[in-house]
Amino acid sequence: MTQGITGKTGQFHTRMCQQYANGKNCFVAGVNPKKAGERFEGIPVFATVRDAKQQTGATVSVIYVPAPFAAAAIDEAVEAGLDLVVCITEGIPVRDMIHTRYRMQGKHTLLIGPNCPGVITPDEIKIGIMPGHIHSKGPIGVVSRSGTLTYEAVGQLMEQGLGQSTCVGTGGDPVNGMKHLDVMKTFNDDPQTEAVIMVGEIGGADEEECARWVKAHMKKPVVGFIAGLTAPPGKRMGHAGAIISGGKGTAAEKLAVMEECGIKITRNPAEMGKLMKAVLR
Amino acid sequence: MKIHEYQAKEILRKYGVTTPRGVVCATSDEAAAATQRLGGTTWVVKAQIHAGGRGKGGGVKLARSAGEVRRYADQLLGARLKTPQTGPQGQPVRRLLVEEGAAIQQEIYVGLAVDRSQQRVCLMASSEGGVEIEEVAARAPGKIHKVFIDPIAGLRDGEADAIARAAGVPASSMPQARAALLGLWRAFDATDAALVETNPLIVTTAGDVVALDAKMSFDPNALFRHPDLMALRDLDEEDPAEVEASQYGLSYIQLDGDIGCLVNGAGLAMATMDIIKVYGGTPANFLDVGGGASTEKVTEAFKIMLRNPHLKAILVNIFGGIVKCDLIATALVEASRAVSLKVPLVVRLEGTHVELGKKILADSGLPIISAGNMADAAQKVVAAAGKKH
Repeated sequence: MTQGITGKTGQFHTRMCQQYANGKNCFVAGVNPKKAGERFEGIPVFATVRDAKQQTGATVSVIYVPAPFAAAAIDEAVEAGLDLVVCITEGIPVRDMIHTRYRMQGKHTLLIGPNCPGVITPDEIKIGIMPGHIHSKGPIGVVSRSGTLTYEAVGQLMEQGLGQSTCVGTGGDPVNGMKHLDVMKTFNDDPQTEAVIMVGEIGGADEEECARWVKAHMKKPVVGFIAGLTAPPGKRMGHAGAIISGGKGTAAEKLAVMEECGIKITRNPAEMGKLMKAVLR
Repeated sequence: MKIHEYQAKEILRKYGVTTPRGVVCATSDEAAAATQRLGGTTWVVKAQIHAGGRGKGGGVKLARSAGEVRRYADQLLGARLKTPQTGPQGQPVRRLLVEEGAAIQQEIYVGLAVDRSQQRVCLMASSEGGVEIEEVAARAPGKIHKVFIDPIAGLRDGEADAIARAAGVPASSMPQARAALLGLWRAFDATDAALVETNPLIVTTAGDVVALDAKMSFDPNALFRHPDLMALRDLDEEDPAEVEASQYGLSYIQLDGDIGCLVNGAGLAMATMDIIKVYGGTPANFLDVGGGASTEKVTEAFKIMLRNPHLKAILVNIFGGIVKCDLIATALVEASRAVSLKVPLVVRLEGTHVELGKKILADSGLPIISAGNMADAAQKVVAAAGKKH
């Protein structure tokens, strides 16, 4: 289901995702409290996530609701007991996300994002805003924080003839749902995934935490790149979470930890695909 | 968004945090007169700029007479204060905060910030007041005490007491310390702060707990619900190019290299800066045009980049995806004409309608250098920037 299906972005991307689903009836409901009973291109709109779930059986939602209301939209999806919530919205206040993550404790719902491109399993389903046509089914798992840099990685994989099992953009915000580590664990268990490309950026310690887990548990090769080696300290580089603060969260530090943990890294963002190809040889 | 110390102290007082009495002054006369209003025998003259490290830069002075206050005010007002955080050019001082002197018995560090791993606000305290927390973290991490605050219950009395005790506040001042810590937390929570720091928070010889310094910054994504805080923004303290860029929905950060970058998406924009470095160049800026690279946005982005006297070439790196490359190409051509672009422009386009986009660039008659991929683009722009023109 799409929360925020009546907005321009929600409509555009719901249509794109439905087209990508290749005739499968994947996008079955929309949510807007004021427009229940309406339809968007045949998709019924419900007042609440709970109604949409009950009447259509949908278990996943994607959120395009504007930032001031987006955290409440996640809360609603979690309350309704959905399995997965993908929040595309950028600009949600950090305090709202802290409260939402607090309320998610003990709930089974997984959250991807916010401020993310979403998730795609090529030739199966796309839930998010990434361009579907650049992907193709294959053995490589992709996990990244950003949007276009993920597309860049996918483009490079395609140049090497490598398709993707699933690509997950975890989002550029400091307080979010699934992190590199959570996605890496699912790739490790996923029979479709043979190797993983992990793309990170400055700020926080998600990549380091993931790298340490990889060293201890990962059964598949991992290739990595971190954006922001040239980023100055103390400046927010576009993403709310992309900031080197107090000397912590630098690209150099992340790359060093990843290398120590056995991840093959490159400092050249044009070499991600080639490196993966070399590792698989 | 950062604010000045005097503004942060005004906010903190509303939440029950004690601060020294002070007067904000824009002239030396006002500074000298402030000693009369405040009374006492010692005063502290503090330069009001957003950058930290003011003490190290000579921006905090202790004065023992009105004449001395005036002398320091003469020195500081209008001068450029250089601190470890301002960069070599320094930051002009437009205002001073003149405060009553304090009788310090003990100094501690207290800070609140969001902890990304715990996904909660972290209250940190250390007995090493007056020292930067990063320095303490590196040298003696055991001296930093933390509590991760329950977002619903807030900071509990017992947690505040434990932190105060760990930081070395004497038992006799515990009630005052608790009030100060609870006040700092409430101020953080109520204002959607990103950072609240008081370094030092002091225990006076009389046993009072006073925020001698105060630093606050706010989550820019939450300012829509705090018009009162938005009014505290001081554009004089911000990079004018960054401010202008933000008005057009561009995320721009000036750097010290000579190759301008215009990219869609923050991650790819950072990677573009990095690859310029890989091929021996230096990026002049970070610039994320966001999802829609319209003619207006690209024109403004070019204008802002071209104001940089060091700029030698521009690299545009757009992974179109859903945004169509022909539309971006048209925007680039129109923007190049609008600003009469003289520096070499290297363009890498990828995504829907990429061939049509490249044709539009080629047919424009403009000397635009097309690149096939990121590495090609970076090599071409570094070469172009290195040439005499």
